[in-house]
Amino acid sequence: MTTIRHHLSDQLLMAYAAGQLPEAFNLVVATHVSLCDECRARAGSFDAVGGTLLEEADEIAMGEDALAKALERIEGLAQATRSEPLKPAGIFPAPLADYIGGDLSAVRWRKVGGGVKQAILPTAKDASVRLLYIPAGTAVPDHGHRGMELTLVLQGAFADENDRFGRGDIEIADEEMEHTPVALAGEDCICLAATDAPLRFRGLIPRLAQPLLRI
Amino acid sequence: MTEQALSPLPSGVGAGAGSRQKRVGSLATTDDTDWAALLVKVRDHQDRAAFAALFRHFAPRVKAFLMKSGAGAALAEECAQDVMATLWQKAHLFDPTRASVATWVYTIARNRRIDALRKARRAEPEELDWGPEPEPDQAEVMEAQQETERLGRALAALPAPQRTLIERAFYGDLSHSEIAAETGLPLGTIKSRIRLALEKLRHQMG
Ligand SMILES: [Zn+2]
Repeated sequence: MTTIRHHLSDQLLMAYAAGQLPEAFNLVVATHVSLCDECRARAGSFDAVGGTLLEEADEIAMGEDALAKALERIEGLAQATRSEPLKPAGIFPAPLADYIGGDLSAVRWRKVGGGVKQAILPTAKDASVRLLYIPAGTAVPDHGHRGMELTLVLQGAFADENDRFGRGDIEIADEEMEHTPVALAGEDCICLAATDAPLRFRGLIPRLAQPLLRI
Repeated sequence: MTEQALSPLPSGVGAGAGSRQKRVGSLATTDDTDWAALLVKVRDHQDRAAFAALFRHFAPRVKAFLMKSGAGAALAEECAQDVMATLWQKAHLFDPTRASVATWVYTIARNRRIDALRKARRAEPEELDWGPEPEPDQAEVMEAQQETERLGRALAALPAPQRTLIERAFYGDLSHSEIAAETGLPLGTIKSRIRLALEKLRHQMG
């Protein structure tokens, strides 16, 4: 595995640990953490903050028969079998494979022009996440951002004016950022991208086509 | 795998067990109760008395946590019950060298809250194959279990506005973009400890 150079921000990891991210962002964070021990450890340290707040929380008494109910309930759970942990599928780490319901062959791509394909994954509506397929050597449709966009590379690589992003790398783009990423030669590039606002496509894709993209 | 992993543990022996006096079953739980040892008893022996002690300590805290996050009393009570049932059911996933019991309960409560209050799925990272833990290293267990206490002291020492900001982030009063990344808490040591454990694991798997 190549070394990951672009990681999640503390802000995102803390929001993930606090359970405050939109579902679409959760998926990108969980997928990156599956590939990245560094961010797994950082996420764990933010979980510990949550643990501390829980420990220090004022107690609010449970109902009188709460413990009896709990003991009764676990009686039936005593023999509960261990659930099989989710498994990765091809280039998809487990949480993503779970959303897609399989590996690359299970993805239902839609063409968006210029050889670029996308597949929007079903999540809560407060943000959206999709897979992007960008043929090697092709420019990713130029877009300005509103809100925040996270892009995680799963296969191949892309580069923009500033940097190169390979498998496991995550690019965090905000409103100010206007960039033109290009999928590098070699393998076709597959990314997982989440955004909390609609994208405004320019360049490769005519503006008129945008409503059809359902982003 | 070592031979130790194959030899059965004597009943009641878990992480830290026997090293301290515990008052299981009494109403007054003390601050130095060895929660990890109790949860290990639940994990290895389906020990109901240990579960009851954990319930008395953590259920009212989970309820308070959920109510502060906006749940009504009835929903919070119901969810706290669910969280404690999950603790019983998933005890086999608890490893006292990796996280304190409070942290572990917190992650269950957080996920239950997302489910109940936001009705959204939460993607979880791929589970790592930690394998059967031979005799856990007692120093590592202590370190992980004392984390909550140490962080608690650091949290108490923070200026009130900063502390409030962290609380608001975890109780859902801030949007993700409002969350401040800089906590002022000594999280580096915790990160390093987990990082080390992960390196060890990768090495074993490699
Ligand atoms: Zn990372």
